[in-house]
Amino acid sequence: MISWLNQILSVTLFSLRTIPERKGSAFSAAIGIAGVVAVLVGVLSIAEGFRAAMSVPPNQHVAIVLRSGADSEMTSGLSREETRLIGLAPGIHEGPNGPMASSELFVMINLPKKSTGTDANVPMRGVEKEAAAVRGDLRVIQGRMFESGRSEIIVGAGAARAFSGLDVGQTLRVGANEWKVVGIFSGGGGAAESEIWTDAAVLQPAYNREDSFQSVYARLETEGAFQKFKDALSTNPQLKVRTLLQSDFLAEQSSILTGFIETIGMSIAGLMALGALFGALNTMYTVVASRSREIATLRALGFGASPVVISVLFESLLIALLGGSIGAAAAYGAFDGFQAATINWQSFSQIAFAFAVTPKLLVMAIVWAAVIGIIGGLFPALRAARLPVAIALRET
Amino acid sequence: MDVSQQPLVRLEGVEKSFQRGSEQIHVLANLSLQVGRGEFLALMGPSGSGKSTLLNLVGGLDRPTAGAVEIDGERIDQLSERQLAAWRARHVGLVFQFYNLLPMLNAERNVELPLLLTHLSRGERREHVRVALEVVGLSHRTRHYPRTLSGGEQQRVGIARAIVNDPTLLLCDEPTGDLDRKTGDEILTLLQALNRDQGKTIIMVTHDPHASARATRTLYLEKGQFSTEKPE
Ligand SMILES: Nc1ncnc2c1ncn2[C@@H]1O[C@H](COP(=O)(O)OP(=O)(O)OP(=O)(O)O)[C@@H](O)[C@H]1O
Ligand SMILES: [Mg+2]
Repeated sequence: MISWLNQILSVTLFSLRTIPERKGSAFSAAIGIAGVVAVLVGVLSIAEGFRAAMSVPPNQHVAIVLRSGADSEMTSGLSREETRLIGLAPGIHEGPNGPMASSELFVMINLPKKSTGTDANVPMRGVEKEAAAVRGDLRVIQGRMFESGRSEIIVGAGAARAFSGLDVGQTLRVGANEWKVVGIFSGGGGAAESEIWTDAAVLQPAYNREDSFQSVYARLETEGAFQKFKDALSTNPQLKVRTLLQSDFLAEQSSILTGFIETIGMSIAGLMALGALFGALNTMYTVVASRSREIATLRALGFGASPVVISVLFESLLIALLGGSIGAAAAYGAFDGFQAATINWQSFSQIAFAFAVTPKLLVMAIVWAAVIGIIGGLFPALRAARLPVAIALRET
Repeated sequence: MDVSQQPLVRLEGVEKSFQRGSEQIHVLANLSLQVGRGEFLALMGPSGSGKSTLLNLVGGLDRPTAGAVEIDGERIDQLSERQLAAWRARHVGLVFQFYNLLPMLNAERNVELPLLLTHLSRGERREHVRVALEVVGLSHRTRHYPRTLSGGEQQRVGIARAIVNDPTLLLCDEPTGDLDRKTGDEILTLLQALNRDQGKTIIMVTHDPHASARATRTLYLEKGQFSTEKPE
């Protein structure tokens, strides 16, 4: 047993000593793996960053009500009567002006992006006067709140940064309508900062929505009030609605997109990994071939086959880990914190976020590299070990 | 019968054939051989006659297709691959035509290789290596790497490696095949001394009559059979 470990150790040390002689091929294999890892980390950091941008701390205070079966506000629809019944449900916080609930609707408008000048979708939300109080953390940071009944809008800070023509005092012309920008706001949770807000009563006629809405946002009176609120709505025979906490709703929205990005990222990285795997295989076959005389000699002297296998695997692993570290470092340097915007596939609206190269991703990168290294070394190692000693000696 | 009276090497009805594609190549057919303790046997014969194949069977580097290979009373043809490796480490010293030294190790480390398979301590290994290098006359070159040594010196390192674990049997496949006459003679003198002074049993494959002249006995292999007479 001791001697077996000794064998592994010595054979591995011998082979590591020869790496400098073939640093060229070792380095190119490492770079191939570095590329895979960099792409993998890069793409997944988009998903991570997006998740972070969309993540909201669990909030027991804000609920959203959609039509039953709707998985986004876009696909939801509620009549005036339904929103009135929802507003009467128990569990809603009683404010100075009555129950704190806001019936809202949602349209998409096209605006030119500052960065490229091309048009992109921006969500425009019609809200009622309680909307800001319902969210709790929404603040107008420049200008003022819109006045009810007027064609005035306030713009989320993210949208104001990304799109042109949204500065306070400017007038926005969309189709037949003109909107005056009167304020910039921040907060509001989730994607609100990427939105434009106006009075629901003004938005409805502008878009021929008659008296219909898409969602109701409600502020709940206590931490435990959500269940009471939800039960009341689901047992009301006049309503067919879906009730959830806004924080859960946002998590649900982002998980679809992050899942999509992750799938794409994994597929691209998977394909590249296949390429890198062949690179590693090729390198290790060359290594084994160039060292076949040494390997044959060691085995003739009585060294076992497994120390040979392990030393080849170890070397391959080492090269892969080197590549993995280079790739992870490069991805971290290039992508971490990189600002970007993407389309929310539920609402087709722009969402601003930053790439996030998290420790979890870095660990994953190293694991991918290690797997490539082990598979890349395994077949050459087995070949070296399986070859009968007498034949191995003849071939050298 | 006293064990020391038995031949050290005994081959009985040994056959060896190789599969090359669909073709069977019969290299050794019904071959029998006995080599006594302390013999220095030279094995000659034309290229392709099966000399290396025979040496591989005696050294446990390969197994016969049929027949028995008994070394020091042990049937090595019945050992598994793994057992054979362990057996080689203990019982045979191999000397190669092209020395087969590990280029990344210096002379000392190359000689130490077989000892890594034993339970000897570091200090004991060092002592064995020192003695072996002294026997081959290379005490002044212990830290040299193979590429800085001449062919003759490399072969001395190879011989030191072959004798360092005090094997029963020394097997040399054309040990002077890559050396000039003078250097080859020195190597042969060394082998002869090992045989005469240290009692090593040696089997040496060679094409060179000068080399076989140093041996105590010479066998000619032709088409997988021994011919007692020297050809021509
Ligand atoms: N592993 C193998 N597979 C197929 N054929 C083999 C194998 N090993 C040896 N042979 C064949 O067996 C025959 C004898 O080979 P061997 O190496 O024993 O000859 P040799 O007498 O040592 O020749 P040389 O003097 O050239 O070294 C040759 O025809 C060779 O091609
Ligand atoms: Mg030969």
